[in-house]
Amino acid sequence: MNSKTQNKIAIGGLYGIAGLVVLILLALLGYILVSGVPQLSWHFLTAPGKAFLKGGGVGIQLYNSFYLLILAMLISFPIALGAAIYLYEYAKDNWVTTTIRTAIEILSSLPSVVVGLFGFLFFVVKLHLGFSILSGAFALTFFNLPLLTRSIEDSLRTISDVQREGGLALGLSRWETVTRVILPAAVPSILTGVILSAGRVFGEAAALIYTAGQSAPALDFTDWNPFNISSPLNPMRPAETLAVHIWKINSEGIMPDAKAISSGSSAVLVIAILLFNFAARYLGKRLYKRLTSA
Amino acid sequence: MKTTEQLEAKLKRRSKAAKLEIWGRLISLTALMLIVAVVVAIIGFVASKGIATFTSNHVSLWDFLSGKSWNPGVNGANGKPEVGALPMIVGSFLITILSAIVATPFAIGTAVFMNEISPNKGAKILQPVTELLVGIPSVVYGFIGLSVVVPTTRAIFGGSGFGILSGTCVLFVMILPTVTSMSADALRAVPRYYREASLALGATQWQTIYKVVLRAATPGLMTAVVFGMARAFGEALAVQMVIGNAALMPNSLVSPSATLTSVLTTGIGNTVMGSLQNNALWSLALVLLFMSLVFNLIIRLIGRKGRLQ
Amino acid sequence: MSKKRWVQGLVLVVLVALGFYAYQTRQVSHAGESITAVGSTALQPLVEAAGEQYTGEHLGTFINVQGGGTGTGLSQIQEGAVQIGNSDLFAAEQKGIRAKELVDHRVAVVGITPIVNKKVGVKDLSTHQLIQVFTGQVTNWRQVGGADLPIVLINRAQGSGTRATFEQFGLEKHRSKTSQEQDSSGMVRSIVATTPGAISYVAFSYVDKTVQDLSLNHVAPTEDNVTTNRWKVWSYEHLYTKGQPTGLTKAFIAYVQSPAVQNTLVRQLGYLSPNQMMVERNATGQITQTEGN
Repeated sequence: MNSKTQNKIAIGGLYGIAGLVVLILLALLGYILVSGVPQLSWHFLTAPGKAFLKGGGVGIQLYNSFYLLILAMLISFPIALGAAIYLYEYAKDNWVTTTIRTAIEILSSLPSVVVGLFGFLFFVVKLHLGFSILSGAFALTFFNLPLLTRSIEDSLRTISDVQREGGLALGLSRWETVTRVILPAAVPSILTGVILSAGRVFGEAAALIYTAGQSAPALDFTDWNPFNISSPLNPMRPAETLAVHIWKINSEGIMPDAKAISSGSSAVLVIAILLFNFAARYLGKRLYKRLTSA
Repeated sequence: MKTTEQLEAKLKRRSKAAKLEIWGRLISLTALMLIVAVVVAIIGFVASKGIATFTSNHVSLWDFLSGKSWNPGVNGANGKPEVGALPMIVGSFLITILSAIVATPFAIGTAVFMNEISPNKGAKILQPVTELLVGIPSVVYGFIGLSVVVPTTRAIFGGSGFGILSGTCVLFVMILPTVTSMSADALRAVPRYYREASLALGATQWQTIYKVVLRAATPGLMTAVVFGMARAFGEALAVQMVIGNAALMPNSLVSPSATLTSVLTTGIGNTVMGSLQNNALWSLALVLLFMSLVFNLIIRLIGRKGRLQ
Repeated sequence: MSKKRWVQGLVLVVLVALGFYAYQTRQVSHAGESITAVGSTALQPLVEAAGEQYTGEHLGTFINVQGGGTGTGLSQIQEGAVQIGNSDLFAAEQKGIRAKELVDHRVAVVGITPIVNKKVGVKDLSTHQLIQVFTGQVTNWRQVGGADLPIVLINRAQGSGTRATFEQFGLEKHRSKTSQEQDSSGMVRSIVATTPGAISYVAFSYVDKTVQDLSLNHVAPTEDNVTTNRWKVWSYEHLYTKGQPTGLTKAFIAYVQSPAVQNTLVRQLGYLSPNQMMVERNATGQITQTEGN
């Protein structure tokens, strides 16, 4: 077999694999959407949930998911970014660095319930934060940091050293090179990492059951004073997210339309992530253009 | 005199850029130290709770690792609590390895396709779809597994359909997005001129991919697989629904068995902190950390070998 | 550059001012009393619904109800980290709990019934047969008069209240053989519904048309049979407090035990009220007849 036919076969094989993967993924998405979309209605998206009667919605849970996601990202992104910059741009390649990397990777294999319980004992009980969005955001930060750090570090690796050398040769300090040259160039790929971890945060349930809690008290959407308990902005209120809601309905839900709510919520979740992806990508593209051409 | 002193002072003073540099270094180091603190805190927390089984409840480590019967609430024939974790260790090990073996070729193949063969289609279809799937909660995966995968396995292989095989199928789909998108990042990190040089030497596209790009990206690909395995390892809810979650030694790939995480997640809310039952569950978490460390080291070794060739 | 600084400074000042203003104008009434109840996921919907009603009637109070499992509830009430621990079990039955420090408040009674997949073709078992099924002496439904299907046991997690009750009263203290374990009623039900030959047990309120409930010794799993103890597999739902409750905790527990909740919410959520029971049971399982009402 000469190398040309080999090439053809291999490329064909790759097409096949990619096609199969797309097929599996689309089938999965299709399954979720087909069973969920018919349940959706304006009422479903905005109404508060009901404990045991028909006709509950997921409005508060949907809002909580987004709020928690934003808070968790506000806390974890700067930390992960800083750590990744240090690991890749400053740290020497010695055993200490390797140990830190390994430890971070190991952390990501812990089941989220362990992170959740840790968060419960530490944030909720010890620090008296109570079952609150803030506790949840901290727990998610713990859970999120390994993956985010790792993927930002990988993004930095995709920028070729020529750019670094260029920056340094122009007399910029290392830090300036990183912030002015490397980071802007790495924006699209950092964004992928952020979206991926945002997805995980969105879908996470076990870590939140013990921290952000699994009840969704009614919110007053006209009250934006973050110190009021019913204000949507209050970070100290318990907040059940959509993923936790799905988990709760499936495990102990006794409302007659539990199945419909569960599949509807799954579809909402998927659509929300989809919109989030598009928005993040659009913003990222604009940011990239502004930062690199300016 | 005065002017030279001023000049000297001015020269000795750190420039704005140098100050910024120190600041930047300090900030990024602080961030890293924060993460290290988090890692140490969690690992220390799990270890302190997990070791209590052996120190304060006097369970022998060997019984724990080799026993086949898991009933922490009940005393066994020898009058000691039955805390044999072997079935779960084997279950976790098998399911992680199998799903990684199945997912890796698919993930790397897809990543290669996205990056080397058809970047356009890759960026437009594959990447958004894979990223979307990461966010689906495990419960949903579990339910699809329960209503699609388990009956299929039952129809083809007999038995109840619950078992490692069904678990592998579900985990395969769950870790695919993570591994794929991280692999794609690793491939993207390979400099363009590697490919150009290889193609200029007359290599075909496949030869370039296989002999140059994949080789150069090996460490990154290994990381991707490690993270995929980590996710498989740590996944509980979805696996628990399709593997059967029975603390029995797996006789075959279709007999109900359990993983460390599934037993941990099912039991933890029902036990009282500080009791043997609870400590035994934390010991499972400790085993999990330890096994994940071992996996990590093995993969790293393989990765180093791959790079040298 | 300096202009940018100016703008940044201005934004900061405005933010601080806004924050201060918000803090000054917060609703002080909402900073009133608040209590937290943690524990059993099975009991959570009831306490949550009662909490919502209560806070609706008593402005300025806040009742935070969370799950986490009976074990978590009892450990946290023992630690004093929360005000109420929700439990499916008597505290004395749970290992590692100093039951004497805790005060029991029974708020509901829950009946538990075996359920099987619809293809099994069995609607009644004797206690003896049930024990044979769960201890693995019988492995095919044919042996107890059903279809030719292998028996698939689905248990609740070790330490779960439902399992403890079922093993104590349904299996007469026999231990089930090691088998599949799930940690929630909903998952147990959907697995039983989709797996031919499956058997498990859930609270009455979880029985729906996807699964078949079993009668035991020709006694049907009905509420009436529970009140007379003819159906023996039932348990109390408890709210535990550390020492005698005071303040809002006391008022809330009294509210849950009042007819306003017992006759409405408790019934709507598929529980029985302890007031309906004609017998009483203690932590060791001893039955005493009560006057009934």
